[in-house]
Amino acid sequence: MTAIVDYGVGNLFSLYSSLKMVGENVIVTSSEEELKSADRIILPGVGAFGDAALKLRETGLDKVVIEEAQKGKPLMGICLGMQLLFDKGFEYGEHNGLSLIKGNVVPMKGYIDDNLQVPHIGWNALIFKNNENGIHPIFKYINEGDCVYFVHSYYATDCNENLIATAEYSKELTAAVANGNIIGCQFHPEKSGEVGMNILKAFCELS
Amino acid sequence: MITKRIIPCLDVKNGRVVKGVNFEGLSDVSSPIELAKFYSNCGADELVFYDITASFEERQLFTDILRDVASQIFIPLTVGGGINTIEDFDRVLKCGADKVSVNTGAIKNPDLIKEAAKKYGDQCVVISSDVKRVDGEFRVFAKGGRQDTGMEAISWIRRCVENGAGEVVLNSIDTDGVKGGFDLEMLDAVCSAVNVPVIASGGAGKKEDFVELFQKIPTVSAGLAASIFHFGEVEIKDLKNTLRENGIIVR
Repeated sequence: MTAIVDYGVGNLFSLYSSLKMVGENVIVTSSEEELKSADRIILPGVGAFGDAALKLRETGLDKVVIEEAQKGKPLMGICLGMQLLFDKGFEYGEHNGLSLIKGNVVPMKGYIDDNLQVPHIGWNALIFKNNENGIHPIFKYINEGDCVYFVHSYYATDCNENLIATAEYSKELTAAVANGNIIGCQFHPEKSGEVGMNILKAFCELS
Repeated sequence: MITKRIIPCLDVKNGRVVKGVNFEGLSDVSSPIELAKFYSNCGADELVFYDITASFEERQLFTDILRDVASQIFIPLTVGGGINTIEDFDRVLKCGADKVSVNTGAIKNPDLIKEAAKKYGDQCVVISSDVKRVDGEFRVFAKGGRQDTGMEAISWIRRCVENGAGEVVLNSIDTDGVKGGFDLEMLDAVCSAVNVPVIASGGAGKKEDFVELFQKIPTVSAGLAASIFHFGEVEIKDLKNTLRENGIIVR
């Protein structure tokens, strides 16, 4: 069973439905017990880093997520949920993340070419990274070059050792990271059609 | 590199897709779910649903259908039509819409975009504008293109983007329905004025119109059309192959 962390950020309907679609038993929950008994946890998120980090701390679920991840339970952060896995976020100030993956989240503006639009919205191709010893298990049902759907204005940096995929937007932007059982996707698998479903399916096979 | 998007638009009334559709192999051509699935399988990058109903009951039916679509189709969904308040945003977002497009609602209340962007994020708010040439300038029209607002379009769109609209759908009334190609002059003017994705609408009649669009205005993010897709005059798979052959990056 996979638990989606409900901490009052964003709309979880599509994510819930997409996991159902891949045949997963799924719950949306803010209960500590349910997160503890789940086989896997998904940390979603939209909006601003600071607000989301605060909400997660106010619910006390930040501790549960960290504890479960440190015990080895598969955890996937999606979009802002991925960004929260890092040390710090620099969106409207400086905010602490969960420090489950080394790195920081910084503005795309000033890094990518000036003439490109921010946010980075749309379908972009995945470039696999650190795959000398084989691709990451969450990509086992997809191919390099497959497109996934992105919507973001900030990107994760200083995370090269945990990088498993990037997408090119004048520069290579972090698309996915993994530190053992802890995985993060900047893109939205639940909005990425068949490719996204195949990533979720592969995640649901982790234990 | 980010791919150019192809977006079919579906008008929904009484829970059915209107504007007649004609597809082989579709059991129910006016079922929003069947059509959405069909387009998603053909490689559509996104879907736009326009609610063209008016009554409260029909609106409920529309959101029920939206929920069904969003539970089965996993590509971005934009919803427009009858969006006048924050409650309207809330209503469709809860049912699985990813983006909400406003037009007349924003003209009546320019703060709507600001409030919605603050609450749901810029990426969620789309300004959809019907624009027509009047007395040598681009003019914004309201009420489905029937009413001249007297407002100059470029400054209006720029203002909407400053207020937080994260994307622009530009529908040229001058080229809409003519099938002679997109309104490149108007699109160029809007693309030069804003730094958010611009979606071209109105005028596509054949595959080559999309090739011309992306070649002549490289900053345009997407092409939107309705009847040419519904009637099978342009097939999305085929269109994407043609775009690819012309060096345009698509999914």
